[in-house]
Amino acid sequence: MAVAEKQPVTGAGPFNGVLTWVDQRFPLMSLWRDHLAEYYAPKNFNFWYYFGSLAMLVLVLQIVTGIFLTMHYKPDAAQAFASVEYIMRDVPGGWLIRYMHSTGASAFFIAVYLHMFRGLLYGSYRKPRELIWIFGMLIYLSLMAEAFMGYLLPWGQMSYWGAQVIVNLFDAIPWVGPPLAEWIRGDFVISDATLNRFFSFHVIAIPLLLLGLVGAHIMALHEVGSNNPDGIEIKKVKDARTGHPVDGIPFHPYYTVKDTLGVVVFLIVFSVIMFFMPELGGYFLEYNNFIPADSLKTPPHIAPVWYFTPYYSILRAVTEDFMWVLAAALIAYSVLVIRAVRNPLVRIAVGAVGAVLLGGFFTVDPKVWGVVLMGTATLVFFLLPWLDQSAVKSIRYKGPLVKAALTLFVIAFLALGYLGTLTVTEGRTIAAQVCTLIYFAFFLLMPWYTRMDKTKPEPERVTG
Amino acid sequence: MMLARMLAWIALAAPLAAAAAEGARLDRLPADVNPNDPVSLQRGAQVYVNYCLGCHSLAYMRYNRLQDLGLTEQQIRDNLIFTGAKVGELMKVAVDPRESREWFGTPPPDLTVIARARSSGAGSGADWLYSYLRGFYRDPSRPTGWNNTVFPNVAMPHALWQLQGEQVLTTEVQSIPRGSKGEVEKHEVQKLALDKPGSMKPAEYDRMVGDLVNFLVYVGEPSRQSRVELGIYVLLFLGVLFVLAYLLKKEFWKDVH
Amino acid sequence: MADNELDHGKRRFLVAATGVAGGIAGVATAVPFVASMLPSERAKAAGAPVEADIGNLAPGEMTRVEWRGKPVWIVRRTQEMLESVRQSEGRVADPKSERKKELTPEYARNQFRSIKPEYLVVVGICTHLGCSPVDKFKAQAEAFESDWKGGFYCPCHGSLFDLAGRVYKNKPAPDNLEVPPHKFLSDSRVVIGEDTRGA
Repeated sequence: MAVAEKQPVTGAGPFNGVLTWVDQRFPLMSLWRDHLAEYYAPKNFNFWYYFGSLAMLVLVLQIVTGIFLTMHYKPDAAQAFASVEYIMRDVPGGWLIRYMHSTGASAFFIAVYLHMFRGLLYGSYRKPRELIWIFGMLIYLSLMAEAFMGYLLPWGQMSYWGAQVIVNLFDAIPWVGPPLAEWIRGDFVISDATLNRFFSFHVIAIPLLLLGLVGAHIMALHEVGSNNPDGIEIKKVKDARTGHPVDGIPFHPYYTVKDTLGVVVFLIVFSVIMFFMPELGGYFLEYNNFIPADSLKTPPHIAPVWYFTPYYSILRAVTEDFMWVLAAALIAYSVLVIRAVRNPLVRIAVGAVGAVLLGGFFTVDPKVWGVVLMGTATLVFFLLPWLDQSAVKSIRYKGPLVKAALTLFVIAFLALGYLGTLTVTEGRTIAAQVCTLIYFAFFLLMPWYTRMDKTKPEPERVTG
Repeated sequence: MMLARMLAWIALAAPLAAAAAEGARLDRLPADVNPNDPVSLQRGAQVYVNYCLGCHSLAYMRYNRLQDLGLTEQQIRDNLIFTGAKVGELMKVAVDPRESREWFGTPPPDLTVIARARSSGAGSGADWLYSYLRGFYRDPSRPTGWNNTVFPNVAMPHALWQLQGEQVLTTEVQSIPRGSKGEVEKHEVQKLALDKPGSMKPAEYDRMVGDLVNFLVYVGEPSRQSRVELGIYVLLFLGVLFVLAYLLKKEFWKDVH
Repeated sequence: MADNELDHGKRRFLVAATGVAGGIAGVATAVPFVASMLPSERAKAAGAPVEADIGNLAPGEMTRVEWRGKPVWIVRRTQEMLESVRQSEGRVADPKSERKKELTPEYARNQFRSIKPEYLVVVGICTHLGCSPVDKFKAQAEAFESDWKGGFYCPCHGSLFDLAGRVYKNKPAPDNLEVPPHKFLSDSRVVIGEDTRGA
């Protein structure tokens, strides 16, 4: 591309010269246009659309606070706990940076869960946005790994035993389990070796991965354009003169200004928590973690941090008795799938897989199936773009069946989360089992109930 | 809506978790113990250094930080340092943890963040400490001769027994009528009673424990006061920023629709 | 679509106002981060004043303490050593310690560069590139100086200092040895790192 073809930059006042110089050597203005000033987003974004930019803000916050914490933190089992208290007391402003980081970790998950929920509400994962959804799910998984590894670093009782329990889950995998767990830990139990490598992952490896995935996520979004609460494609109706979608508005200045407001509101809520109740009743900073890790003394009640509790519930729900329920569900589901497909080869394959799984249910330890189910619970989200066969994208135009399913799913998810913070009782286990079934039914039965659902006609133009 | 629901769950969970908590019911730290009262905190510091620091280190706390309590470095040196440590040093103990493990079975834990660690659904860390320090009773079956209602079979002897006196655990049998045929349900209730008085009257002792716990809460998070003060300023500023950001948004969005 | 006149003035004002407020927020937020890089309480405590017991120091002897990671020498000078200081007047580059005022506190800007003539207190680091000089108190012929009056010799690049810590002329080191803030608590105790001005 010849340098002379680009127009000089105007409208930037005294900076025109410098920006023109840069733009002749770097796609500055085309990036500005394509992603901000002339990226046309639907004009009807609502409350649910704040959380993407908020998640990005928290990512930056965590990286910056993380950089400064790393200046003082010592990733050594003998010094880690003390170094955190050193930051809290002896480093000027250290307590503030630490609380920002701990509150930010929970804020990240709140933002991400609400952001994902928006996707469920409005069908943001539907074609042509499947890849955005996949990148997003990879971000979610990376975030869980990042948080899990970060939580070991303070080297408190909860840090230590939480890591011990989760890494021991890998132990449960047949044949490869024990050597795999040992390889992850770098030792026979969670130890200094584990701490150092989790530090390396937490500080550099996963943040780099996250930054790359977030970049890919936004690039994929901008390639196809944003969805909106009505679930219709604004690019279908374009202004004859300008070529822009009639229901679209340039991201800058409208959404930069709106997101700024969102950021301020977020900072208010964030500050209320950080300055007045950073522990948040033990949910954001667990009380047990103020006891230094003791490999010889297990705390009476090990609970993961709140953002993992739904999956923890599912893990604990899989008991020996529950295997019978799962077996029945497997049989019923296999029949459903076999009857739905035509291809005889696929039918045989489904039957074979079902039979193998059934055999496994009663030969392999239920603990292993707990791990499998817990893992599957996170992975099943990936299939959403293909499970949802509704004629419409947005909940606004879906019928009672889908609305009921989504409501049940949300209740089940929250219930699982809450149950995950409590100790195990028989009643709670049954509740978790019921919720687990609802959770999986939401996804696995989706092809059927979304087709059966009586949808309303989608509008041509957005309704706000 | 969803956010509200989620926050409601989180808010509900704490008291519900309390119902699920095991262990003794805790007495609340009296409401009049003021975390910002320098006199109470200084008294607490004095009690700690005289009765506790011999075994329990405050290894993440520097002596000179106690200037927060309105003391000068010289006052700290004169009244609170008995070990010859410099005023900028950490409040460590001389006893070797291996030796103390031999004497007590377990080394006396560091108490810098004990007030944060002992919080639970049953009460705050301060409540736990307040109840614990008033819950010792004579128990000849224990190696130290002491036991505790809040921490059964604790390895620690009652360091403050000369001040409080000696409590014993009494068992009271309460009869509660049940049913219509004159049946009675018997409940065994255990209560602490002061058997031998100490140098302080019970109210005086409770007051002193309140100060000591106050001090431990402070030591758990010395920056608490600055945190709260800064928070107020930050929120006031964010309030102003909110108004500006809101007006800005409204102005630009006049173009839309 | 509303056809109101775009109030550019109002927009510009709001953008500016919000921008300024946001900028203030940004600077305010940066403060704790920048502050966190300042010496922590641990660093300050480690750099705290150090007390030295000189009660047993014999005349002509030297003792050493560590302060802020640096060696500090205390030399109990004999009459001969004080005489050699007087005689070194013509050999040293900065006899009155005027070149870099901060290396010599006011109470040491005298003939013997000390509070008490008997005791020299200096930081034992050569002002050239930071090696620690060797004590050569005996006034005798040396390989590095045939008419040596006694003092300190830095083996790294050959700088010489007299018994008041003053650097010789024409040597690589530019300045006299630093006299650290110090004060005498008694005849046998001196504190390094603190003086009457409150270091």
